[in-house]
Amino acid sequence: MEKVLTRNIGPDQMPTDMTAYKANGGYVGLRKALSHMSPKDCLKVISDSNLRGRGGAGFPTGMKWSFVPTEDKCTPGHKYLVCNADEMEPGTFKDRLLMECDPHQLIEGMILSAYTIGADISYIFIRGEYVVAIQRLRDAIAECYAKGYLGDNILDSGYSLNMYVHPSAGRYICGEETALINALEGKRANPRAKPPFPQVSGLWGRPTIVNNVETLCNIPHIIDRGADWFKTLGRGEDSGSKLFGVSGKVKNPGCWELPMGTPIREILEDHAGGMRDGYQLKGLLPGGGSTDFLVPEHLDLAMDYNVIGAAGSRMGTGTMIVLDDRSCPVAMVLNLIRFFAQESCGFCTPCRDGLPWTRQVLEDIESGCAESEHLETLAYQIKYIGAIGNTHCALAPGAMEPLQSALKYFYDDFKQHISGGQCPYHSKEA
Amino acid sequence: MPTIYIDGQEIEVKQGENVLEACLNAGLDLPYFCWHPAMGSIGSCRQCALVQYQNPEDTRGRIVMGCMTQVTDGARFSLNAQNATEFREAVVESLMLNHPHDCPVCAEGGECHLQDMTVMVGHRDRRYTGKKNTHRNQYLGPLIQHEMNRCITCYRCERYYRDYAGGSDLGAQASRDHVYFGRHQEGVLESEFSGNLVEVCPTGVFTDKPFLKHYSRKWDLQSAPSICSGCGVGCNISPGERYGKLKRVHNRYNHEVNGYFLCDRGRFGSGYINSDQRLDYSGLKGAGLKSADATFAAVHQSQAIETAAGWLQGKKVLGIGSPRASLESNYLLRELVGRSNFSSGFSDAEAAVVRSIINIQKTTVATNPTIKQMESADAILILGEDITNTAPRVALALRQALRNKSFELAEQLGLPEWQDAAVRNLAQDQLSPMIIVSAMDSRLDDVASQLISLSPAAIADFACAVTASLQGQESDDKRVQQVANILSAAKRPLIISGSSMLSANIVDSAACLAEALQTHKQTAQEVMLSFCVPEANSMGLGLLVNEDKRPLKLSRLVKKIDTVDAVLILENDLERRLSQSELDLIFSGKTRVISMDLLENNTLARSDLVLPVASYAESQGTLVNAESRAQRHYPVFEPAAERLCSWQWLLQLAAVMEHKKLAGIAHFDQIVEACSKSQPIFADLTAVAPDHSFRDRGLKVPRQTHRYSGRTAINADVSVHEPPQPTDCETPLAYSMEGLNRDQPASLIPYVWSPGWNSNQSLQKFQAEVNGPLKGALKHSGAGQRLIKSTQQGLEYKLKVPHPRMQKGRWQLLPMHRVHGSEELSAYTDEIAELAAQAFVALGETVAEKLGVAEGEMVVVSTADQEISLQVKVLSRVAKNCVGFSVGFDKTRSLRVGDSVALRRDESWQPPQVIATDKGGGF
Repeated sequence: MEKVLTRNIGPDQMPTDMTAYKANGGYVGLRKALSHMSPKDCLKVISDSNLRGRGGAGFPTGMKWSFVPTEDKCTPGHKYLVCNADEMEPGTFKDRLLMECDPHQLIEGMILSAYTIGADISYIFIRGEYVVAIQRLRDAIAECYAKGYLGDNILDSGYSLNMYVHPSAGRYICGEETALINALEGKRANPRAKPPFPQVSGLWGRPTIVNNVETLCNIPHIIDRGADWFKTLGRGEDSGSKLFGVSGKVKNPGCWELPMGTPIREILEDHAGGMRDGYQLKGLLPGGGSTDFLVPEHLDLAMDYNVIGAAGSRMGTGTMIVLDDRSCPVAMVLNLIRFFAQESCGFCTPCRDGLPWTRQVLEDIESGCAESEHLETLAYQIKYIGAIGNTHCALAPGAMEPLQSALKYFYDDFKQHISGGQCPYHSKEA
Repeated sequence: MPTIYIDGQEIEVKQGENVLEACLNAGLDLPYFCWHPAMGSIGSCRQCALVQYQNPEDTRGRIVMGCMTQVTDGARFSLNAQNATEFREAVVESLMLNHPHDCPVCAEGGECHLQDMTVMVGHRDRRYTGKKNTHRNQYLGPLIQHEMNRCITCYRCERYYRDYAGGSDLGAQASRDHVYFGRHQEGVLESEFSGNLVEVCPTGVFTDKPFLKHYSRKWDLQSAPSICSGCGVGCNISPGERYGKLKRVHNRYNHEVNGYFLCDRGRFGSGYINSDQRLDYSGLKGAGLKSADATFAAVHQSQAIETAAGWLQGKKVLGIGSPRASLESNYLLRELVGRSNFSSGFSDAEAAVVRSIINIQKTTVATNPTIKQMESADAILILGEDITNTAPRVALALRQALRNKSFELAEQLGLPEWQDAAVRNLAQDQLSPMIIVSAMDSRLDDVASQLISLSPAAIADFACAVTASLQGQESDDKRVQQVANILSAAKRPLIISGSSMLSANIVDSAACLAEALQTHKQTAQEVMLSFCVPEANSMGLGLLVNEDKRPLKLSRLVKKIDTVDAVLILENDLERRLSQSELDLIFSGKTRVISMDLLENNTLARSDLVLPVASYAESQGTLVNAESRAQRHYPVFEPAAERLCSWQWLLQLAAVMEHKKLAGIAHFDQIVEACSKSQPIFADLTAVAPDHSFRDRGLKVPRQTHRYSGRTAINADVSVHEPPQPTDCETPLAYSMEGLNRDQPASLIPYVWSPGWNSNQSLQKFQAEVNGPLKGALKHSGAGQRLIKSTQQGLEYKLKVPHPRMQKGRWQLLPMHRVHGSEELSAYTDEIAELAAQAFVALGETVAEKLGVAEGEMVVVSTADQEISLQVKVLSRVAKNCVGFSVGFDKTRSLRVGDSVALRRDESWQPPQVIATDKGGGF
């Protein structure tokens, strides 16, 4: 397959500067859009391309943008584009690669996106630990200002855009777009109630689009090469290519750009090299820590949003975490729940106080001092915390996803912890 | 009206409201925590969950939050569906994870919203076996006790303190299950409205600290409907008593006046009632008959009356009334001494301003707004007042009015006003315009769109210039045109001024402006005009003397003093109104001085006979607030010892003196009736509240709860014989547990309680609807009676504003009112005195620099006849040639508004040497 998003990423993972980026077709899409396309034309191409958000929820990008009020429907004032680079989903490390190795691709994507929605200010809200990416993005933005790709009257088109890098103070919840907006405003990073959606009332109460890094990186290519070309990239029903990752006890953990709809088995066996010797695949989280487990019977499923969704999980960020037969599923889930309880913003009750309660029940089970009622409590908690709408945002329901599926697929493991009075995996772990 | 279905029941609901409100309005019990009627919804606690069904066929439904779901016609919900009840129980179970088991020792116990909700959802056994999180508590000053371990993280405190009341020093910190509500470091809470945290917090995190020092359970408190005597706003309060002590003051809802909130002076300023400075006949406390050696001898009530009657009967007597005494007492005194011998007791300057305000209210074409109406203003002009310090509750309302800009924006998006967080995020810092024209810093400066610092005379000139501009004259001052433009662009502009500068010119110029705005405005609009007045009954007293052609000024009374035999002073410390030389005239002559008051002061010390009177909490009376609303307060408990209500002293005096006009008056209701007939303006006085004969289903309204405990044992340490309960033949209330506290007139609700709702949230059972009037106000009389009904003819104002000429090196002394310390009685409360701290002189930065002083250092203020060394407060803005001083403090009592003063650094002052401190060291 032709590499699109990662075409400038070499094995040395050095950053691509503006000269190199332009030499490889960079900023062609931008020039094309600014000279020949109206924002409406751009929106149509993106909508036609069927690009879906790569941050995890898979919401159609064109549709998201179409909710931004334009012209007379919009009160006078700023509009904002925000790049969500707060990559904190457990097991996910794709955006970092894109930002560190090809910062201009993201910037071009942002300029095009901002142009499409009519934004005049843009922010890259980036995870604070990504110090290398922060520096490389800042360098690239400075290059852009120097060469007239950012600032007033970009490339003499009459369109102006400013761009800022805002390193996050560091919370998982900042990946939720409205919590991100609050954090950007200097407020507590609590998600906001929706509606109103950020497209209408976002940053500083103004129309705002928040998109994931990978989503934005797709934009220059779609504008440059068209919606139809983009659709042909996918192997299944979804368009484009996607960065997939695998972590866990596989031979070759890593991150690859592959067509949408690539089967899990292919990713796992051809690219990640299969399980390490002595380990069997027990299950996997297909799209990061907040997705439901899939098990070996699902290996032939295509990594498409709807296909994975139909199997009871979510494609999420497309970066899988593999569970092997010598690691304890209870401990893995406990580890995840600890993370999510730790990262709760503390706004709504089921998340703030429910997750620590779940953590405590799992700790009891994992340490072998639980009764069978503990499993009933877990089921009760899943019902209480796990449904979207029960909580203020999707964090806690997301946290419940690995737990509820672990109970479904690995129920015996939970039972053994209780009946045996200890974790049966202690002896198996290497 | 849309109709919704809840568990099959058809309910008519209000367009635009949310489902939680709809449920509460329908009398359904849907638990909640983070929602507050005055603060709207944020959806954080998830307690008000119910199930919503898509259509009649949908049997599964999905869980939604009542507070976040707007009603739509035909929508179907269930409160009782199993997944809804299970979910609500799970929420409480999670809240209980870290909540301590300290209800028995918690001050909130028995009136705790969390207890109520826990019982309501049926949660009993907690499955969590882990450790509880604990927090370190903070010292938050003398008013509020902090116990963070009890917190259930509903965010109400933060939302109230920051978003609603505009405070900045309390907020949410940390995250997850460690969210902490407190200050950045220990210290006194800065907001003048911090006390409402006690009622806003659904559990015992923020509790009433003075109350804790002599704590009683809510159910053990004896309460009565009352009116705050702290200022002229007339907030409705519910004080509670036990063991003869006033324990605490809670808010009493009046949807047109104070709503759900009080200021800290109102809530915490009644401690003086329990003070050992209260006068009684122990002989040591300055009451009784003065003997030759200038000490007071204890006398019996009847002796006192006889002595007084002897001094008064057939003699020439003058009476001095009081703006902090009830209308009835002032009326009685006036009748006793005769109209021409009665002086209001205002200082001359106060009398003039109050007279102006009354005359304006009687004639103005502008609306005289209630506090609730003020909240609807879309542009505000403040002339000369620091409202937070002179009429605190009004300032809180103005902060809400400033949000109308955001509601306008929200309406464009179709966002309902109760979507609190969303509306705030949308509007960010956009506020409706508020222009403050005042001499110096005010506590609303932080939210003003424009600040203009002018001397009092220049403020009046400025208002006149804006008036002229509205009438088409051009002004050289750009600000004048700006203000005129803002006001005329508004649909509901509010002009607000008051008496604090003691300038009738400012008041008149405000009225001129409002008239011009109302008259010259093209589009339909309602101009509101409101005034702050000095004391709780300034307006009642003002109305009493308003029709007198030539009312007896206090200064004229002083001059007449030698011509009379006696003077009778009603609850008035003349030191606050008269100069030292005038006081000497009153007290040094042969004229007998009889004073009635409740706390020691210099006026009493120099009187010949002192009659100790009951406080507002021990007596009934009518107070008329700034908007001329007459409201009645009732005794919470009987006055102890030889104390009597001042109207009782006066009635007894009249009886012994066989006073003709007052013959036949023996009861309070008869005074009210006589007073109502005395002047047309008082005609509605009898309708202020029901008279003593009122019965609710055959019974009086009980002051005690039906769970009132230990009645037979309260005095067991004195005598095991149970004394009879006092009988109350003067009011519709009884010192009893028997009777119903339900559906009575709004003016007779002593406390709120409803089955299953032990906390103050039970108020919603008394309201006709969320944020609406009380059911009793609809069914019976409203919430007090407006006495002044404007003729709307307008007045001809002839303003000639004199400008004082300041010599070089001299400054004009202007008053700075303080919530804590400026009001006479509350300042005797320990906690208020602590917060009031030192008297001060307030200087602009340049003056301070010129004098070489910094904040906290001392400056000598010299007037024509005295020199006072005062602590320096540095202002951020001040009009030219003006300095401020703290009003009503002991040290500054002899200073007069408008005095011309010289200033110099106090060279003798040394900063205090700190030997040891426990402050600022962290831990």
